[in-house]
Amino acid sequence: MTVCITGLGAITPLGLSYKDLWSGICSGKSGISRIATFDPSSFKCQIAGQVPAFSIRDYVPKSIRKTTKLMSRDIEIAIVAANEAFKDAGISTKAFDEQNITINPKRSAIIFGANSISCDLLEIAPSIAKGVVDGKFDIRKWGTDSIETVTPLWLLKYLPNMLACHIGIIHDLQGPSNTITCAESAGLLAIGEAYQIILRGDAELALAGGGESKVNPIVHMRQSLLKRANDDSNDKPEEACRPFDENANGCIFGEAAACVVMEDEQRAKGRGAKVYATVAGFGQSCSLNTNYQALEADGKAVRYAIESALENAKIKPEEIDLIVPHGTAVVSDDIAEAAGIRAALGNAGQTISVLPTKSMVSNTGAGAGAIDVVTACCCMNEGLIPAAKNCTAVNKNCKLNIVKEPIKKKINYALCTTYTYGGQTAALILKNENI
Amino acid sequence: MNENMKQRVVITGMGIICPLGHSIAEMWDGILNGKSGMAETTIFDASTYPTKFCSEVKNYQLSKYTKNPDVHNHGNRHSQFAIGAVNQACTQAKIQFDTENPTDGIDRRRMGIYLGAGEGPVDSDIFFNSIVQGWDGNGTIDWQKWHAYSQSKMQAKAELEQEPNMPAAHVAVFTGARGPVRSCLTACAASTQAVGEALRILQLGQADVMIAGGAHSMIHPLGIMGFNRLTALSTRNDSPTTASRPFTESRDGFVIGEGAAIVILETLESAKKRGVQILAEVIGYGSSSDAFRVTDMHEDARGAVAAIEAALKDANLTNKDIDYVSTHGTSTSENDSIETKAIKTVFKEEAKNTPVSSIKSMMGHLIGAAGAAELISCVLAIRDGILPPTANYNDPDPQLDLDYVPNKPRKADIKIAMKESFGFGGQNNVVIIKRYEPGTTN
Repeated sequence: MTVCITGLGAITPLGLSYKDLWSGICSGKSGISRIATFDPSSFKCQIAGQVPAFSIRDYVPKSIRKTTKLMSRDIEIAIVAANEAFKDAGISTKAFDEQNITINPKRSAIIFGANSISCDLLEIAPSIAKGVVDGKFDIRKWGTDSIETVTPLWLLKYLPNMLACHIGIIHDLQGPSNTITCAESAGLLAIGEAYQIILRGDAELALAGGGESKVNPIVHMRQSLLKRANDDSNDKPEEACRPFDENANGCIFGEAAACVVMEDEQRAKGRGAKVYATVAGFGQSCSLNTNYQALEADGKAVRYAIESALENAKIKPEEIDLIVPHGTAVVSDDIAEAAGIRAALGNAGQTISVLPTKSMVSNTGAGAGAIDVVTACCCMNEGLIPAAKNCTAVNKNCKLNIVKEPIKKKINYALCTTYTYGGQTAALILKNENI
Repeated sequence: MNENMKQRVVITGMGIICPLGHSIAEMWDGILNGKSGMAETTIFDASTYPTKFCSEVKNYQLSKYTKNPDVHNHGNRHSQFAIGAVNQACTQAKIQFDTENPTDGIDRRRMGIYLGAGEGPVDSDIFFNSIVQGWDGNGTIDWQKWHAYSQSKMQAKAELEQEPNMPAAHVAVFTGARGPVRSCLTACAASTQAVGEALRILQLGQADVMIAGGAHSMIHPLGIMGFNRLTALSTRNDSPTTASRPFTESRDGFVIGEGAAIVILETLESAKKRGVQILAEVIGYGSSSDAFRVTDMHEDARGAVAAIEAALKDANLTNKDIDYVSTHGTSTSENDSIETKAIKTVFKEEAKNTPVSSIKSMMGHLIGAAGAAELISCVLAIRDGILPPTANYNDPDPQLDLDYVPNKPRKADIKIAMKESFGFGGQNNVVIIKRYEPGTTN
């Protein structure tokens, strides 16, 4: 059986549509700017990838509008991306036209990558402020005086599976539903799992991807403490994130959601769907590093994931025309990822075109891998590899062919790789339908 | 799933750290003797909360389970529990851990992990006081003050451990697993889903061995507050040990627990090759979504029925073949009545002849880890021919009329058992296991 990608959706710092993502990447635009949702002036990193303004009410059917108050930021952006993916696939769900539904809800799955959703501190602060004795938080006072001032359904805004649940409700997806919580690898792992779900016949269609907002004080503080955040570019946000560059100096964090519609070939062909790519193979592995936040220096876990994806796809490294890597711009991880890619692909690892995206869209956690799959689909569909941004001189320890100028060429196979703190790695190989 | 792809998959090891004890034997003994894990909350001061009790893991010592405690002791509460449960499960399945050079015959690239695991509890002291420091009393937070306080208190390592993929990270480092490693969090259905997806990974031939299960603790000030605000927890503060009373008329909510539960899933071929003991065969899995409301289960149990039917179909079984159903049975008004409806819808005339029970009446609700803990009780039920009871079943809800195995364990010949788990948001997962019989096919 073959699994096809037939619809794309993305809401990213480059815009509210995957078309904005693609045109932004093609023109080397940056979605990174000074943080607007809280005063970042004390933070080492004061910039982030932020999604342009939108109103969630414009993206949900009337019957759902009341529910929007239960939607945290992560849920909102996921819903926007899911809407676009179904529309782009030419699929009508309950959300668009109840009289003309073109999916079988019971055979439709949703597999989404998400992370712990950081709670809105401003929302809960008034309640916490009531639980203070002598200037310090007092849990007994909080229990007595203020727990009941927290909105009753508070918890439901912050359960990671709520991205998938809201999307499932809006579009009536009653098949398998899973939420992968593997941090920065979650989006790509979700797409890999959805591929396997269709392959094994547990669903005929799946919406898969990931979404997360990392634009909040807790995440920024955490990542600064972990020394993963860039701290030298607050005055030049567009140049701040420099994956694989000799002057790379850490991540810029951001918010985004991206997803794809996946269908078994029979269904896709049967309805005459446009096929952006088919999935040729998927592999995964794990780092065994007691310094849990980093890849092993030799990138072994990235290598193993790519090797099993190649084996699964039954292709040779030389057949790959494009690599969209995880590329965070954390120097040691860039070097390790590059080492893993080269170890898996041999000589081809130094010549295949590599397009990192985080210089433009930032590191959006669970959204990251899904953005890269959407980007690879666009490249394949257009026969175009846009130029990378902010990589003027490749770090000599990386030895990858980072794309300097746009390349027009037919892309037969594209490889997306991902890794995360905590160790989980994945590799997905996409195939051009017209080989 | 497509028949031609399927490999047979068996369980070869089990381990648990839970409120009833720190081993499979202690847990089972507790269940068969009607013990309760519930008592006044000690993890934090809940004395003024609507719910002042819970079901805690007591006296856990990480150093009993690993010779490298330094590598895991900064892990959050349930990551540490996971190490204990994995130690037991791997020991039983003859899988080596704490070593860089295992000689157990398992290729580490063919060994994976699938956990239903939660995010780490936030450090409440820092979380609350940073807000207190920054709050200006007029609806805004001074982020510079918030930052100054947080910067001085937060520790990098502890912050990392709050991420939900960290339990899997610790288990990987502990066991050396290099194959498919995933972590999911579908609320209270997570570890049943993890076991089901691990089954699929093995059936598709992508690994030989999977360490599967769950690890979760939500016993912290924000977690209990959140569940209390949802009015999901029992508030029977005067009688913690009888508070979890699934399927009774006086049930008033679940009792939250914590822990880690792990099963080793392995292809039959690998288990035979390694000559390890086979505890049961995993023969079916079904997953569905209510797609109804984030606040309520579908009133006709649409999603639960779909998941049960999918699992039966996957196992090539009919509703007559199930000897025991380990329910989700939370002791909330909604779950117990909708779940009963689901069982009656699928099992029809067989429903009343099919014993069903909820060990949450004794263990409490382990949230993400609940399904795997209860699946373990299914394996033991098959092994010993004993149905675990529903404790505290003293005032039957007249609307709920199944055989809930009230209060006392009961002898029965159990060949096939089904584990159901349902989660907030309409997540439904069902796994079916069978007594292992050499030579037969399922």
